[in-house]
Amino acid sequence: MDLGTSLINVALLAMLFVVAVAIIRMRSLFAIVMLAGAYSLLSATWFVVLDAVDVAFTEAAVGAGISTALMLGAMLLTSRTAKSERAILGVVPFLVCVLTGAVLIYATIDLPALGDAASAANSHVGAQYLERVQADTGVPNVVTAVLASYRGFDTLGETCVIFAAGVAVVLLLGFGERSLSARSDKGRSRKESK
Amino acid sequence: MVQFILERANYWAIIGLMMVGLYITFQSANMIKRLVGLSIFQTSVFLFYITLGKVAGGSAPILFGRDAKGHGAKVDHSADPGTHGTEVAHAETHGLIEIYSNPLPHVLILTAIVVGVATLAVGLALVVRIRESYGSIESDEVRRMDIGVADAQDADALVEATS
Amino acid sequence: MTSHHVILRVVSKLLMPVIVVYAFYVQFHGDYGPGGGFQAGVILAVSVILFALVFGVPEALRAVPARFAASLAAIGLLLYAGVGIWAMLNGGNYLDYDFLVEEAPGGHAGQHLGILLIELGVLFTVSGSMLTIFYAFAGRVAEIRDEDW
Repeated sequence: MDLGTSLINVALLAMLFVVAVAIIRMRSLFAIVMLAGAYSLLSATWFVVLDAVDVAFTEAAVGAGISTALMLGAMLLTSRTAKSERAILGVVPFLVCVLTGAVLIYATIDLPALGDAASAANSHVGAQYLERVQADTGVPNVVTAVLASYRGFDTLGETCVIFAAGVAVVLLLGFGERSLSARSDKGRSRKESK
Repeated sequence: MVQFILERANYWAIIGLMMVGLYITFQSANMIKRLVGLSIFQTSVFLFYITLGKVAGGSAPILFGRDAKGHGAKVDHSADPGTHGTEVAHAETHGLIEIYSNPLPHVLILTAIVVGVATLAVGLALVVRIRESYGSIESDEVRRMDIGVADAQDADALVEATS
Repeated sequence: MTSHHVILRVVSKLLMPVIVVYAFYVQFHGDYGPGGGFQAGVILAVSVILFALVFGVPEALRAVPARFAASLAAIGLLLYAGVGIWAMLNGGNYLDYDFLVEEAPGGHAGQHLGILLIELGVLFTVSGSMLTIFYAFAGRVAEIRDEDW
């Protein structure tokens, strides 16, 4: 990896860390939600550096856009500030996280180096898709071809999950009739006041 | 040694981000903050997947140039006298002229991101309902109220059994 | 609530059609560049969400009813599953796009048609679901005053 890419990597990672640690220290939920959006946007930028343009696009639209809007909506319905935590409570989670992180870092010793074209992940089925996609589907964007054609079942399942999530939220919260009724109430009171 | 560390520094940084997300999830009592921590954890896992699919010197997995001209490309290629030897050898071994990153992690993560926001929405809806029933979104307060209600029910049952 | 946000209203009125056109560009250019049904669906939903944020949720519910958004999600899923059934009726496996149209071996018309249709299904489902979810949250909020922030 050349120097420019490494510098961008370091800069983006540093910003991601700053945002994540800031979220730990914040108590205003509004600031937390906004920082979560910033975190998504930064990771979308990093996806572009790692050649995953489709993923970056999705992360920017979904992670930074929709999920921030949803969290703001939920925040309006609940509360604006988190209660301050007692410091003693933070010690055990901290130890657990440090331990888990240490185990995971120990596991990375066996992982292939970053950008290794001959690694197990990059040499079998992924490479096959790249070689065959033009003959099989004639679609230049390999991600779309794999998503829609080779793994159509998978995507059908994901679409079902999204639909099911929509149904679950409607079952929990309704279709948003409340704002309509509030509006008609207001109209009624306006008429009455006239 | 330095080489070994440089090749894996990205993984370690991502694991650090994951642990920050995990810490927020564990330590915070506020449910919305917990969901934020969970989504940070999730995004870090996505970063890890995409990092594994990166190929050095590769570009985004969208075929371009001669690769995009269909299966006739190879014929064109061998007929073209201007190409130099290394490219021909490369094309024969891989069937592709350019280097691309692995598309498979991208596909998996692309759908996972959208499913992630759908599940986040369900979680937030549950939090909203909890707030409406309990008047609080701090999990320790909710637990205390639950224990209080359970104790009261137990006391009632005891009174009924004795009477 | 929005009476004094004149600049916001004018600019968002200008932006909304552009966002919708961009969503369809992302949708139909997904074969050749980054994009596809998931991203386009979200962008399409965002255009209505922008409308709801600036002009209020009741107005948005009048323009795009919640029932319509929910039906759109169901229609998209049915369209996706229907393409699979169509391929089965033509003698192929479920979701085998090569059987959608009759063509010479090596032709890609069936693949292109199949991908187009299922990406449309994904677009409908994602935009419908996201919009329904947004309505569910935003429709529960009492009117937001500026002092609330």
